[in-house]
Amino acid sequence: MTPDLLLSALAQTLRISVPYGLAAVGGALSERGGVINIALEGILLMGALGYVLGAHFTGSAWAGLAAAALAGLLVALVHAFVTVTCRADQITSSLGLNLAALGLSRFVLKEVFGSSSNSSRVAGLPQWDVPLLSAIPFVGPLFGNPLFLLAAALCIAAWAVLFRTPFGLRLRATGEHPEAAATLGLSVAKLRYAGVLLSGGFAGLGGAWLAADQRSFTDGMSGGRGYIALAAMIVGKWNPLGAVAACLLFGFCETLQIRLQGGALPNEFLQMLPYVVTMVVLAGAIGRAHPPAAVGVPYEAEAK
Amino acid sequence: MRALRELVGPLLAVVGALVVGAGFIAVVGQNPFAVYGKMAAGVFGNAYGIGQVLFRATPLVFTGLAVALGFRAGLFNIGAEGQCVVAAFAVAIVGATFAGWPAIILLPLCIVTAMLAGALWALPPAILKAKVGAHEVINTIMMNFIALALVQYLGHDAFVHATVRTTEIGAGARIPRLEAILPFFRGSPVNLSVVLAGLAAVFVGWLLWRTTFGYELRAVGLQPAAAESAGIPVPRTRVIALCLSGALAGLVGTNFVMGYKGFFEAGFSGGVGFLGIAVALLGRNHPAGIVLAALFFAALSYGGLVINTDVPKELVEILQAIVILFAITLHVAIERRGRRKAA
Repeated sequence: MTPDLLLSALAQTLRISVPYGLAAVGGALSERGGVINIALEGILLMGALGYVLGAHFTGSAWAGLAAAALAGLLVALVHAFVTVTCRADQITSSLGLNLAALGLSRFVLKEVFGSSSNSSRVAGLPQWDVPLLSAIPFVGPLFGNPLFLLAAALCIAAWAVLFRTPFGLRLRATGEHPEAAATLGLSVAKLRYAGVLLSGGFAGLGGAWLAADQRSFTDGMSGGRGYIALAAMIVGKWNPLGAVAACLLFGFCETLQIRLQGGALPNEFLQMLPYVVTMVVLAGAIGRAHPPAAVGVPYEAEAK
Repeated sequence: MRALRELVGPLLAVVGALVVGAGFIAVVGQNPFAVYGKMAAGVFGNAYGIGQVLFRATPLVFTGLAVALGFRAGLFNIGAEGQCVVAAFAVAIVGATFAGWPAIILLPLCIVTAMLAGALWALPPAILKAKVGAHEVINTIMMNFIALALVQYLGHDAFVHATVRTTEIGAGARIPRLEAILPFFRGSPVNLSVVLAGLAAVFVGWLLWRTTFGYELRAVGLQPAAAESAGIPVPRTRVIALCLSGALAGLVGTNFVMGYKGFFEAGFSGGVGFLGIAVALLGRNHPAGIVLAALFFAALSYGGLVINTDVPKELVEILQAIVILFAITLHVAIERRGRRKAA
């Protein structure tokens, strides 16, 4: 195992993990507030589309990033409206939104780029030159990638906000016991909106990573990553840092999968690993994974 | 009267979605009335279109029934997609391996294989739910992806060289097309598995409302704690319900593999497992409603192809999604209104 091989594998793992991490941490914020968000898949897709549209029409990667976050927020807003304001089923709403994202992105692709498979090429993210760090082989460029730095900062901030601030405490309270939170004078609806919208912004940026990396949008480019992120969130026990750790594990599996093509271990088994691990964790075999107590349950304020 | 009330929500959802869809059509510079008119004419105006709708409705009836049966037991089966993929693959393998066998043995064998494979794929989430209370939503989603990877792995041996499809099944495993009996349907892929779908709907209705097991299943879905105190074995009922759900989803394999292509092809499902959720939802988890909802979604799906030259066919995917969002939102609103009236 040469250092080069190690470093390049590390860089690849980190790159793969960025969209997983952003979506998984977003999912944790939503579910900690009591709203299941399986729409992460659709949000990633719309985020990627947002990035490409933003960058296409302005020529600026920054506008792309903003548009990606905005696209994610919009999908999340619909999810929040349907599930929090209208109190409809959260799982079904998420699945509907995933379907909508798939259809809408194809529709826009055809109308804007006149293609059913991919967009034209757009600007990628700028590459900053960071003293010392940029000189590290393989991993260096990541430290000069604004979205990578933003993603790392956001994931740590999400943990800090969730467990070290009054807002985080309140958000968790609405996910565990909304009646108690309401008794304390907190607005369950507002807090749940906040959790869902945050997940939209996070996962939207995750989508931007996919599109910026490839400098274009391709049909269905989220490729099930939202579901892997969901799995990582569970394996990480609804804790942003745990979720990131799980994402890195899954990202490493994928790196192995790419590098061991044609190796002794069939690729498909590595591909299954995140899903199997999630089922094992859910079954309680690796410590108990407890979802927030009130996740999935619409909250209805008592009649006045 | 009650049936009529049940229809209000779904119908409003459909109308709402068509209105939003009209907005999309207008945005791309087309006349919504003209586009919808063309869609209706292309879909219902000729036998070929109707055959296409029946062909596309068949798998949706199976997956819609699968999801609904789970719902009635209080279980959300998002795994219909994986269950039908595994089942279709199994059917193709059995149908090709015993290609020389006569239809009288091979045909039922293949149908049973489809149901068993679907049920088998639902079994792990079912057992995990019953034994440790692990949420079936997550586990059925995970099983979907494991199914795709598994089929890809087995495909290394089973697929025809340089393709993602299996070898052809035997003549004895083929389900005849309707055109063989009714020349009216000439050219359209609708086959006799549409009859199987109808039978499945009747069976589910009979099971849910005419048998003790169905009563227990619904009791577990409505009030698990009360069902438990009444002596109903809740875990066992859940396991059987989810496996039956998987078996119904597995029957999708009959339409595609046995009735249409004659082989399994990766990516064949086109998301019918997920659409089954929409079908069950719009059909209010009732077999009759599911048949209607499946026909509606099938008409939309073929209608998308009819208008593709004017408006991207993806319009119908957006419409399907909007129907779902409207249906669940309206459902809550209507229930609440009903409760207020009753109070």
